[in-house]
Amino acid sequence: MTDATAIETRELAKRYKETIALAGLTMTVPRGEVFGFLGPNGAGKTTAVKLLLGLARPTGGQGVVLGAPLGDLAARRRIGYLPELFRYQSWLRAREVLAAHCELAGVPSDRWAGQISSVLELVGLTDRAGDRVGSFSKGMQQRLGIAVALLGDPEVVFLDEPTSALDPVGRADVRALIHHLREHGVTVFLNSHLLGEVERVCDRVAIVDRGRVIVEGRIDELLGSRSVRIRVTEFDGKAEASLGRFGPLTIEGDWLTIRPVEAESVPDIVATIVAGGGRVHAVEPGRATLEDRFLALLQIEEALEAAKS
Amino acid sequence: MKTIVRLTLVEAVRRRILWAFLGLTVVIALLTAWGFSVLIDSAQRHGVNDVQIEVGVSQILILLAFMFSFVLAMSAAFLGAPSISSEVESGVLLAVLARPLRRSELILGRWLGLAIIVVAYTAVAGVFELGVTKLVTDYLPPQPVPAVAYLAGQAIVLLTISVLLSTRLPGIAAGAICVVLFGLSWMAGVIGGIAAALNLPEVASLANGARYLLPLDGLWKGTVFSLEPPSIALLGQLVGGRGGQAVSANPFFATSGPAPAYLLYVALWVAAVLGLAIFSFRRREI
Ligand SMILES: Nc1ncnc2c1ncn2[C@@H]1O[C@H](COP(=O)(O)OP(=O)(O)O)[C@@H](O)[C@H]1O
Ligand SMILES: [Mg+2]
Repeated sequence: MTDATAIETRELAKRYKETIALAGLTMTVPRGEVFGFLGPNGAGKTTAVKLLLGLARPTGGQGVVLGAPLGDLAARRRIGYLPELFRYQSWLRAREVLAAHCELAGVPSDRWAGQISSVLELVGLTDRAGDRVGSFSKGMQQRLGIAVALLGDPEVVFLDEPTSALDPVGRADVRALIHHLREHGVTVFLNSHLLGEVERVCDRVAIVDRGRVIVEGRIDELLGSRSVRIRVTEFDGKAEASLGRFGPLTIEGDWLTIRPVEAESVPDIVATIVAGGGRVHAVEPGRATLEDRFLALLQIEEALEAAKS
Repeated sequence: MKTIVRLTLVEAVRRRILWAFLGLTVVIALLTAWGFSVLIDSAQRHGVNDVQIEVGVSQILILLAFMFSFVLAMSAAFLGAPSISSEVESGVLLAVLARPLRRSELILGRWLGLAIIVVAYTAVAGVFELGVTKLVTDYLPPQPVPAVAYLAGQAIVLLTISVLLSTRLPGIAAGAICVVLFGLSWMAGVIGGIAAALNLPEVASLANGARYLLPLDGLWKGTVFSLEPPSIALLGQLVGGRGGQAVSANPFFATSGPAPAYLLYVALWVAAVLGLAIFSFRRREI
């Protein structure tokens, strides 16, 4: 554990009677990184966050957040949290919810006004600050929840499915916000089952399934190489050979795929095809997505399990 | 903890809980005034003497106090019953408890906020009710302040047990249990009194146990004692012995107020139940 580490866990586990919600989580999240904690519903993501925040007690293992044991009161001043089940006092105005959280978080009262207006601005709720939370849509409540999580300049922010109630614009806003946080050196622990969403913002991810981490690493390492798919007609076999220098080629009907491929060589590939008399209908640059990786890993896991039994 | 107390008070005001209570009180007070004026009118026309009227008025006042204590106890129970569980269920507490706030501070803050509401309401309603009675009948009970204070004490006892139940049970279940406990404790009070009068020591000690488990009955007797004209208490003392016990078996008579030791016991009971609530909530996963 060094100062450069925001979160560290060793064999952190949680069992609810028969259900094993989390089976031995070991991980390290460096400070200042956006860490994606990914997996299908019921994988144990929310459980992990509740353990890290001290809202639930582990049944095994240990963890450290910002150098303090899990649930440490003083460390909580430096932690922000958007729960998956986000709900705020419906009888309060948005501004009052934020003020109450400033007070709870121990923010000096002369800084409340500044803090509140800046987080409202960040989540785009400035116009609705004086309205009762009870009149908010789910999406607005989630924005308010994110604002609450950002109060008091936290060093680590836990966001549990932060876009679950948001429309595409809202999702883009959250991605922009996460970039903003990273620029300010904030560590973000992002829970999500939307893998496509997360791969655009995370530095590092862990993929969990049924309480176990099946893979963890930097996102560019996990995603691997680029590819390009091109739909071509009236293209003959001789010309196909000339594409070999760009990378390994596979052909399925009208579709050619080259993987791996240098992004810069795509225009040359198209030019080569056209020069060879081919007619290009579509060009799709591609990359293995996290979803592909995830599904592949799941299949490997299942095969291993089947082999064991 | 200050934040939690304040949030609790703001919630009661914003959700119009207080206003509903106060509206109810005004209605009851107006009905009382009307009832008393009809009664006294007719009694005077039939030549009933003043002492008899005073005893009658005090008895009606005690009956009203009983009704009020019931309303108050139920209100306290239903304020306390969802006070923790509903916010666990809705998820409001997730964000709150991720802050540097001890679970004990949440419980104590909630309890204190609700206790302030209950006591303030009892005080306002009590003053209003006694004021109306004084205006119409010219009867002012010998100890109006303790009478109201004992009522508030009963409400606090129920509030405390309901907060304890709320750390584990959904609001409806906790509220229902409080109603049953209130009924049982009241019955235990009556049965205990009868058993003492009939000299049935086993029953009496059983009922006594129940009286200490949920100390409402003794506080109720305190309210009754403070509302009676001195003549009635005197009567009880004059009859003495078994006769006195028979008088005290009646839940609407009392020959003495609660002893200081009993009041101390009630205070310790409240503190212990609150401690239990904190202990229980610390263990709860949210
Ligand atoms: N309070 C609880 N009691 C019993 N089981 C629970 C509880 N919370 C979560 N679980 C179980 O633990 C597993 C992981 O849940 P969760 O952490 O919410 O998953 P995720 O957030 O990845 O969707 C699930 O099988 C869930 O049913
Ligand atoms: Mg979840």
